[in-house]
Amino acid sequence: MYNTPSDHVCRGRRCGVGALMSIIYALLFLLLAPVAGGLIAGIDRRITARMQGRVGPPILQPFYDVGKLFEKEKVVVTNSQNFYVLCYLVFIALSGAMFFGGGDLLLVIFAFTLAHVFLVLGAYASNSPYSHVGAERELIQLMACEPIIILAAVGMYMVTKSFYVADIAATKIPLIVFIPGLFAGFVYILTMKLRKSPFDLSTSHHAHQELVKGVTTEFSGSTLGSIEIAHWYEAIFLLGFVYLFFSWSPVIAVIAIIIIYVFEILIDNTFARVKWPLALKSSWLVTAVLGILNLAVLYIIGGFLK
Amino acid sequence: MSNGILEGFWLDLVFFLILFPFIAAIVLLLIKADNVRSAVVGVSALLIAAVSVWLLVAYATSGTVFFPVSPEPLGELMFLIGMGIAVFILYMGFRYKNYIAIALTLIQSAMLVYFEFGISHGAAPENNFFVDQFSIIMALIIGIIGSLICVYAVSYMKDFHHHHPELKDRRRTFFFIMFVFLAAMFGLVFANNLGWLFFFWEVTTLSSFLLIGYTGTDEAIKNSFLALNMNLLGGLAFAGALIWLALTGGGMELDKLIATGGIIALVPAVLISFAGITKAAQFPFSSWLVGAMIAPTPVSALLHSSTMVKAGVYVMVRFAPVLQGTTPGYMIALVGGFTFLLASAIAISQSNAKKVLAYSTIANLGLIVACAGIGTYEAIWAAILLIIFHAVSKSLLFLCVGTVEHQVGSRDIEDMNGLITRMPKVAVMMLIGMAGMFLAPFGMLISKWAAIRAFIDAPFGVIFVIILAFGSALTVFFWAKWMGRLISVPPPVENAERRVSRTEWLVLSFLAGLVVLATVLFPLISSYLVEPWLFAIYGQVTRLAQENVAIMLIMLFLLMVLPVSMLHYRKNQRQLKPYMGGMTTTSRMHFTGAIGIDREVTLGNYYLENYFGEHKLSKIGVPLCIILLAIMFAGVAVAGLVH
Amino acid sequence: MTYLSKSPWLLHYNASSCNGCDIEILACLTPMYDVERFGILNTGNPKHADIFVVTGSINEENKDVLVNLYEQIPDPKVVVAIGICASSGGVFRECYNVLGGIDKLIPVDVYVPGCAARPESIIDGIVKSLGILEEKRNAMVSGVPGESEMNNGVREAGTE
Repeated sequence: MYNTPSDHVCRGRRCGVGALMSIIYALLFLLLAPVAGGLIAGIDRRITARMQGRVGPPILQPFYDVGKLFEKEKVVVTNSQNFYVLCYLVFIALSGAMFFGGGDLLLVIFAFTLAHVFLVLGAYASNSPYSHVGAERELIQLMACEPIIILAAVGMYMVTKSFYVADIAATKIPLIVFIPGLFAGFVYILTMKLRKSPFDLSTSHHAHQELVKGVTTEFSGSTLGSIEIAHWYEAIFLLGFVYLFFSWSPVIAVIAIIIIYVFEILIDNTFARVKWPLALKSSWLVTAVLGILNLAVLYIIGGFLK
Repeated sequence: MSNGILEGFWLDLVFFLILFPFIAAIVLLLIKADNVRSAVVGVSALLIAAVSVWLLVAYATSGTVFFPVSPEPLGELMFLIGMGIAVFILYMGFRYKNYIAIALTLIQSAMLVYFEFGISHGAAPENNFFVDQFSIIMALIIGIIGSLICVYAVSYMKDFHHHHPELKDRRRTFFFIMFVFLAAMFGLVFANNLGWLFFFWEVTTLSSFLLIGYTGTDEAIKNSFLALNMNLLGGLAFAGALIWLALTGGGMELDKLIATGGIIALVPAVLISFAGITKAAQFPFSSWLVGAMIAPTPVSALLHSSTMVKAGVYVMVRFAPVLQGTTPGYMIALVGGFTFLLASAIAISQSNAKKVLAYSTIANLGLIVACAGIGTYEAIWAAILLIIFHAVSKSLLFLCVGTVEHQVGSRDIEDMNGLITRMPKVAVMMLIGMAGMFLAPFGMLISKWAAIRAFIDAPFGVIFVIILAFGSALTVFFWAKWMGRLISVPPPVENAERRVSRTEWLVLSFLAGLVVLATVLFPLISSYLVEPWLFAIYGQVTRLAQENVAIMLIMLFLLMVLPVSMLHYRKNQRQLKPYMGGMTTTSRMHFTGAIGIDREVTLGNYYLENYFGEHKLSKIGVPLCIILLAIMFAGVAVAGLVH
Repeated sequence: MTYLSKSPWLLHYNASSCNGCDIEILACLTPMYDVERFGILNTGNPKHADIFVVTGSINEENKDVLVNLYEQIPDPKVVVAIGICASSGGVFRECYNVLGGIDKLIPVDVYVPGCAARPESIIDGIVKSLGILEEKRNAMVSGVPGESEMNNGVREAGTE
């Protein structure tokens, strides 16, 4: 009826056969991401151990961990907390599925925010001191991470003229050349998202303790197992996001993912945890400086290229 | 020009909507008995809501319909009433020794007298009233949400005076002003004649002034004058716009003016947008809205979140095609953007629930102002969606806070800890309202998303995207921590919900349902109302892609369905105490501390005063926006003088 | 083979120990002995733990804490008493403030005597407890009531 700006035109894989492929990719993500995420977590622990001069657990250890958690007795502090964690898991999976199905990147980011709010609510529900402070810190972390992720998506749009992951993944333009600042900013907060030192403020993994276990203090058994699986889904999504910066060359992208992840493990083992004001301020500073500079440059280039 | 559906304006739904609330107001002024008043309010509210919906049905597909109403005698009547209002304000100014109000009123009256007698008799504007899709949307908001709030107010005010026997019971005046306000708002959104629009505008200013000062306490009077003065300042600018239009022959008719464009339209656009900025409480004029929270909650819900402040952004959206791409437009947009950023930050540091809602309102209005200043078709689409969804969610939140305040006795967020056990249904509705403000897939998030897309495609829009990225991160923080207070499950306490009245339940449930319904229906609202209107003005439309709409509906469906799992989790699982380092806790969160002293655990939210304190950030916001406004005025003044 | 024995997480609690045994426990986590090879993690949160590792004897101050922590650990769980103080009170057994070993309050599954217990013994004890953990898991699956449901899982101080 009206002249809509190309939303309904076949974009990448947006119509007919494209929709089917999206659903298949989404389903593959739902089934395979926990496996991949668990393996990556296991490799992570192995590399960490080697960096610390130890032998480390078997690569499949995360699966044993989750398996064990599901074998434990079902206990709660308050009944509603399991509901919130269920919602957290469902929405993390859904958001990741939307991402790998090629959907709108902004919607994916907002859906992830929804999922994280559910985790925070689950921590608040138990009215316990440690999980309460953990929840506050988790919100601060959310606040610290969100701007740069949105700006990274915006940067990708400015180069590829599309918010759809399908298009960005299929682009032949080397995004990293155009948005290196946004990439650096993203890697900065990746540490926070992966819950690694120095930014593992709200809860931490392995045997680190912060506020006992922060957000996850009052969860146990299958609930905790669900949170772990959700974390795997999220890790795969985050690595997928890194992939997008290099999507013009899949080989380079995979290498980049490996390098970045090992780099994160190195940072984890090198730095001590910082206080939350430093985490928040530094994230926003990095976002503001790198993000604004990068976007400004992009805008000016875009003006010249028109 | 096509006539109204019912043959002539005087028989039309539009006229009914403007006149009927006014008649209801007069009736309510005379009624003393509580139950008669409830009945009259209920019936009037129902009628107004029904006619608003009828309006939608009648005019939805008609495009823009003009009503050729003769400017006499209505115009003269408005002038007389306007002068009467000025005299009343002068009286109030003398009575309470507020000289700024006196000065502003005198200047404004002088301007209006000059306008009326000196220069305005050349033009004879014909189409003084009109209806288009945007008016219909605004009318629905005023008619449905406004009526609901008035119904709620009946029960609320009864409780209010019960709790405050020391205050004079002036409910007749209260409801009189509330309904006069509704009438004025309807007049505002249907007026095509800018002079008449200004009249209705000033009536809303007056209503706000009187309602804020309702309780008559010193603080209330002080805040009411603050609101009055800031809005009068805006009114001066508006009057200035009218004089310009008369002097340059631009004509009083809004639609013709926008079609004319150019400097003739830009000057009044900027001046009226300035008036809009004061009415929408943008920086540097935000303090009046925060101070207005002293008023009873229905006032805050009706005037200061869903309706009157929307009038400010309404005129700016109307003028958006004129502002698009101009420097003053960008200045206005920057004022809106920075207001959004700073107000969201300040909201983090507030623990008074109504102040949080006030700052959130200011922030969201800032976003709408930013969209209006940018003025592209995508931005206006986002702006209208923001208006709709914000009105619905915010009014629900205000009314819930009012109910909670009466039952729990406090407005402080920390006292709402564990509300889900004390007042489960109200807590759930509050959660729906809050989710509606910042979570996917609800309306406000869709609107923010639309705003990002609009800003990216606009020239220089990248600045606003950055502002929006930071601002929306801030909003997540303060809404989520408030939600956390509500859903935490502390030791069992008495259920405080029993004494909530049936009318309040009815209104709250309706609004909560409306939040969800608006989200579900928004594709339809967009296709049937917003897009045709956009197309008529800009020749282009935008909409959300179908897959995204589908995904959002899936998410909404999941959110409705997943709570059923709570039934499953009710099965007897072993319940543990929270971990407190092994120190025994009783169920009442007590533990034995050092030296055997019994201590209680209290948990509170982070307010981060050092970073997001009100004074600290206002000190940045006020000067910054003054500078922006100064640039805006300078730019337009130079251009105007050259003309 | 259950997952429990492949991923035992332990909660380490020092009741009134002189820290000798604690240092030896922490030594197990160091690269020298590296119990993470077995998937063992030292979690500080009882709700996440499977093995309750206790050092030191009980006294008035910590008896409530010990029971509180024990109750917060979900089934199936095992208790390992490290060092002679946790097993029976050790050299401090006759002191007026010491109530005895931890088995006066909670059921102990493995005793690791020593003063201080060597890391090798500790690891040996924990590995033994894994077997017991498996038995308990199998019992839980087949419907035998867990520790926490019998006698509230704890005993009154003073019974022998």
